[in-house]
Parts: sequence; C-alpha cells; structure tokens
Amino acid sequence: MSVAPRTPPAKRDWSWRSQAFRGLLYQIIAVVIIGGVAWWLATNTAENMRVRGIKSGFDFLTQPAGFDIGESLSKFDSNDPYWKAFLIGVSNTLRVAILGIILTTILGTLIGVGRFSRNGLVRGLCQAYVELFRNVPVLLQLLMWYLLFTEFLPDVTEAKRIGDIYLSKGGITFPKPIWETGHLFGVAGLLAGCVVAWFYRRWARSKFEATGQVRSMFWVPVAIVFALGVLGWLVGGAPSQFAVPAKGEFAVEGGGALTPEFMAVLLGLTLYTAAFVAEVVRSGISSVARGQSEAAQALGLSKGQEMQQVLLPQALRVIIPPMTNQFLNLTKNSSLAVAIGYPDVVSISNTALNQTGRAVECIALIMLVYLTTSLLTSFFMNWYNAKSAIKER
Amino acid sequence: MFKTGTKIVLSSLVAAGALASIPAHAGKTLDAIKARGQVVCGVNTGLAGFSQADSAGNWTGLDADVCKAIAAATLGDANKIKWVPLNAQQRFAALQSGEIDVLSRNTTFSLTRDASLGLHITTPTYYDGQGFMVTTKSKIKDAKQLKGQTVCVQSGTTTEKNLTDFSKANGLNIKPVVFEKVEAATGAYFSGRCVAYTTDASGLASVRNKEAKNPDEHVILPQLISKEPLGPMVRRGDDEWFAIVKWVVYGLLEAEEYGVTQANVDQMKSSTDPVVQRLLGTTEDTGKLLGLDKEWMARAIKASGNYGEIFERNVGPKSALKLPRGANNLWNKGGLMYAYPIR
Repeated sequence: MSVAPRTPPAKRDWSWRSQAFRGLLYQIIAVVIIGGVAWWLATNTAENMRVRGIKSGFDFLTQPAGFDIGESLSKFDSNDPYWKAFLIGVSNTLRVAILGIILTTILGTLIGVGRFSRNGLVRGLCQAYVELFRNVPVLLQLLMWYLLFTEFLPDVTEAKRIGDIYLSKGGITFPKPIWETGHLFGVAGLLAGCVVAWFYRRWARSKFEATGQVRSMFWVPVAIVFALGVLGWLVGGAPSQFAVPAKGEFAVEGGGALTPEFMAVLLGLTLYTAAFVAEVVRSGISSVARGQSEAAQALGLSKGQEMQQVLLPQALRVIIPPMTNQFLNLTKNSSLAVAIGYPDVVSISNTALNQTGRAVECIALIMLVYLTTSLLTSFFMNWYNAKSAIKER
Repeated sequence: MFKTGTKIVLSSLVAAGALASIPAHAGKTLDAIKARGQVVCGVNTGLAGFSQADSAGNWTGLDADVCKAIAAATLGDANKIKWVPLNAQQRFAALQSGEIDVLSRNTTFSLTRDASLGLHITTPTYYDGQGFMVTTKSKIKDAKQLKGQTVCVQSGTTTEKNLTDFSKANGLNIKPVVFEKVEAATGAYFSGRCVAYTTDASGLASVRNKEAKNPDEHVILPQLISKEPLGPMVRRGDDEWFAIVKWVVYGLLEAEEYGVTQANVDQMKSSTDPVVQRLLGTTEDTGKLLGLDKEWMARAIKASGNYGEIFERNVGPKSALKLPRGANNLWNKGGLMYAYPIR
C-alpha cells in the first residue's frame, strides 16, 4: 500500500451544478423571501395607517402619561412621561421574573432531589407536587391564588395583626427599615464579604488539592459575608429605625407592603415552574451513570457529599440547557399577570395603547422588552453552560 | 393632439393604479353593507342596559338599539346585523381595520380619539359621567374620603386617566388596581380587594344591578368626576356613512321631540306637521340625500322606537337600571339632547 502523495486541496467547485453554488443560491433565495415579506408587512402597515389617518410614531413616549401606577419600585407621578411608565412596567416584570427564577430554582431543585429520597413519603409527596402543579394551566393557578388572597383575608379595615405585621385584602404590610447613610456601610460590608469569601474558597480549594483537607465550602463563606455585613452596619452606627405600619381610619398606612397581586403572581409562577424544574433536575441526576454513585460510596463519601460533589456537578451539564427554557417560560408567563391586575409591562402598555391609540408601537415595545430579557437570560445561561461543560483538553 | 391623449390615458392609468392600492373598505361602506346584507356592529361584551345578549343570542340595550335603527334605516330590517362583542382594547382596532362598520359600545368621545385614531365621533347617545361605587359598610359618603385607598378600574378606558386627574387635583393619592377585563375588576371590588370601583355612572348602575349579590349593600356616590359623552363612532374616509349614522341618531331624537313613537309611526305618516312629514318621508325625500330611500327613518323608528322609548326600555327609571333621565332628556325638557333639524 503506497501512500498517496499529498496534493493541495482542490479549488472549490463553483459551477452551477456544484453543492457549494446550490447551497449559496438557496440561502440567498431564503434571505430575499424573508426580507421581502418583512418589508411588505412593514410598508403595507405604514401605508394602511397613513391612508386611514391613524397617527403613528414613538413621539408619544415623551408626553406625560397622565395615569397612576398602583405599585412601583421607584416613585411615579402621573405627570411623568410614557417612557418612564414603561420603565416602571419593565421593573415590575423583572422584579417578579428575577425573584421567581431564584425561588423556583431552589424549590425545584429540592423537589427534584427529593424524588431520589430513600424516604417513601418524601418521594411520594414530591411526585404528587409535580403532577399536580404542572398539569393545571398557569393562568388558573394565578387566578386561584389571587382569589384565595382576596376572598379569605380579612378586610383592610379589619386587618389581622401579627406583631407589627398586618395581613389583609390589601396585602402584607410589614415594618421597613428607614434608609440612612449608615446602611451604606452595611452594604459595603456585604460586598467586601463576597470578595473575601471568593478568596477563601480559592484558598480552600488549593489547600484541598494539595493536602486533601476538607473545608466547608458553603457555611464558612456564608458566615464571612454575614459577619462583614453586620460589621459594616455596626461601623455605620447601627441604624435601626423602622417604619412601622399603623392602622389608619380606612387603611393600614406606613411600612413596606406586598400587594396581593404581586404575591399571587410570584407564588403562582414559582409553584408552577418549580414542577418543571424538578423534572429537569430529576432527569439530570438520572443521567449520571450508576457507577458514579457506587464509586462515591466506595470512597466513603456521605450521602450529602455524594450528591454535592459527585452527582450534581455531572448532572448540571444535562440540567442547564432545559433549565434555560424554564427560566424563559417563567419570564414570559409573567405577562399573564395582567389578568389579576398586577402592573407589569403588558398592563402598562395596554393602558398606554388605549390612551394614545398607538397599537403597533406599544405591541412592538412589549415584544422588544420580552425579546431583550429572554436573549439576556439565554446569553447568561449559555455562558454558564459553557463554563460547567466537560473541559476537553 | 395625440400626445395629449396618451398623456391623459397614462395619467388616468396611474390614478387608477393609485386608487386600486387603497383598500376597498376605505370608502363606500354603505355599498359593502348592501352587498353583504348585514350591518356589522361592534358592541360591549356585556353591559346590562347598553348591550347584552340573552340566552337566545338576541342583543338588547341602548347601544344595541342604535345599531338596530341603523340596520333598519339602511337595509330595511333590524335583524340584519352581525354583532361583534368587543372589549375596551379591541374596539378601535376592530373599527380601524374594517372588521366592523360602526362601533356602538359606550365609547367616550374625546379629542385624542377623534383626532388621532383615524376615526370619527358621531353624536352622543348618552351623556354620562364617571362615578364611584362603594359598599354601604365602608361608610364613605364623598369621593374625597377615598384618600390613600385602592380603587379597582378596568384598563383601556378613559376612566383610568380621570381617576388620576381627580386624585391629583384633590391630593388623594388613590392607588389604582388595573384589570384587563371588566369582570376581573368588578370581581376584585366585590371580593373586597378595593374600597371602590370606578367607571361611568351608567356602568356602575349596570354592574350593581347585574353582579352584586345584594345591590342594596352598594352605593353609587353622587359626585361625578368627569364628562363622558358616549356614542357611536365610525371609520374616517367615508363621509356618506358618517352622515348616515349621525342622522339616524338625530332622527331618533327628532321623533321623540315630535311625538312619533314605535306604536304610532304608521298613523303619523298622515300627520300634517311638516317636520313629521319630512322625518317620515311623506313629502320630501330626506333619505335620498343620504343615499337611502325616503322611508329610512320610519323604518328605524318602527324597529327601535324613538330615543325616549329606547332610554325608558333599557336604562330608564322603570327598567332594572333605574337611571334618571337627567342630562339625557330633550333640550326643551331641561336636558342636552338636541337634534339638528331634518330638512
């Protein structure tokens, strides 16, 4: 068998029968068709709106909104422009989405892991949870929680008092620390704690690899962050003024408050999505070969260490991609909040749409908001996925 | 000579091309209605007294009766209507896109709506004002007692803006809870989530009558915080249709003013009053100018009755809603209803 002499790679064949040429042609045709349809839709809409005398454009965004928003993180006045109203809507959506994603991950992971429990009752409960919550439409769940909050809690005038916390149809009202500059030191302390904890973990890992000594990788860093936060707070003069709610003539006034709309949306989305996350986690853990678990036991690792050190890191590779889907679903499902009166971006846009009549623009803005948040979430999750994938060297 | 001829042919071709590119329903709504044999009427999904469907699919109410009068005037049959129930957000898009011919859905006339939606307001069929409904238990007697309170409101209405204006003008800091569907907004109010529910006073009466477990437990505060002239709207670009809708409403008012009713319309045709003669088309053909026949108003009155009858039947003191005639009385009886002369 003689070795064929190495020839320079043949020049790509660009004749009209070649695969390369045909591939290129198909791509060009596809792009032209898609572009043409998009162009036609855009110009046709613009033309029809012009013919019918419908005003269009985004100039309305700088006009005063003229309506109030029930709950917002920052102060909103009805004289503020429409773009600010939109931002409030976006912040309300993100508030639910981010808190929902965090809570759903914790709850979903616990339930997913719970399905491998050696305790039959825990296993059964986890399975029942998954089957119950993922098989009922999420809109119904939102409405159910909202009904529960508004029907069964006492009236605002007869708010139930537990310590300084009031519970009523107006939501939960609780004491809220009054912001002082001293709190800034506390925040700085927490941030410093995070940095120190990161260095501690790095040091502990290198120590472990060098000597095999096991140090706590979770509780010690948590203690560091907490301790430095408290230290900063003490340095700042330990400000401990609280705005305590009090019962007024018609309502509970002062303090912080969570409205029933917010709680219903958060609870509904979290419980619903957690059922899916639990299944994702379960599938991830199941995907790890049984030998891994046996090997961990042979090494004498405890059940907790086995889960933390051996099973979960390997399961993550299977878990992360479908988990991204669940996070995106949760964010997008938050648009159902409009049904129970939570002022998310859809609700605000609906109002803006009606006040200004700019339907195309308002819908386009909603789409842009969801597209942006979804792409950012995907981007972050893809980065994390690449980080936790098997490093092939 | 030849050259000019070519030019004319060419330019008329260009003009025809330009016309053809305009959607067919931008003009000639009446022709489309006649060809279709139906008036497509956008109404509320369910507001007792204004537009509401019964179990057999028959629509009743003040707004529905206006549609029936229009159908009777144009097609000669009040049943030739396709009803399209719309929520607050859908309504304008449905009219703009040509899905409906006329929007008769307790819609407030305002400058923004008239000038920027590509729509025309016609003439009010009901003068309303925004009010508040509270429970008798709350002991609120005046809208200004709503300081710092939550108020349930439906989105996609002028109501939201009026509420804010009122709250701001009186420094009340009212917290709105905004719902997409009217059922959700009223549901939240009846469950006690909000201290008050706000919408047009006629709507409050309708909700209290239809949805409250015990209507006596709810009070509509006497204070009205806005002007809400409600009436039908049409699409821009068809002046003939705009005129027809407007003049059918005027005709219903004129009929009340001159004592023409659903029951006596046939006898009144022999009336010697020149106004009645013109209205019923026995002397002058008033319909011709609108592109209709001379019996147009006679049929409309026969189908729905005059404005006074429509009001009494659907929302008046003897109906379930028990609304007083108030501002909706005729101009010569202390109200605001004033029809332009039909001549």
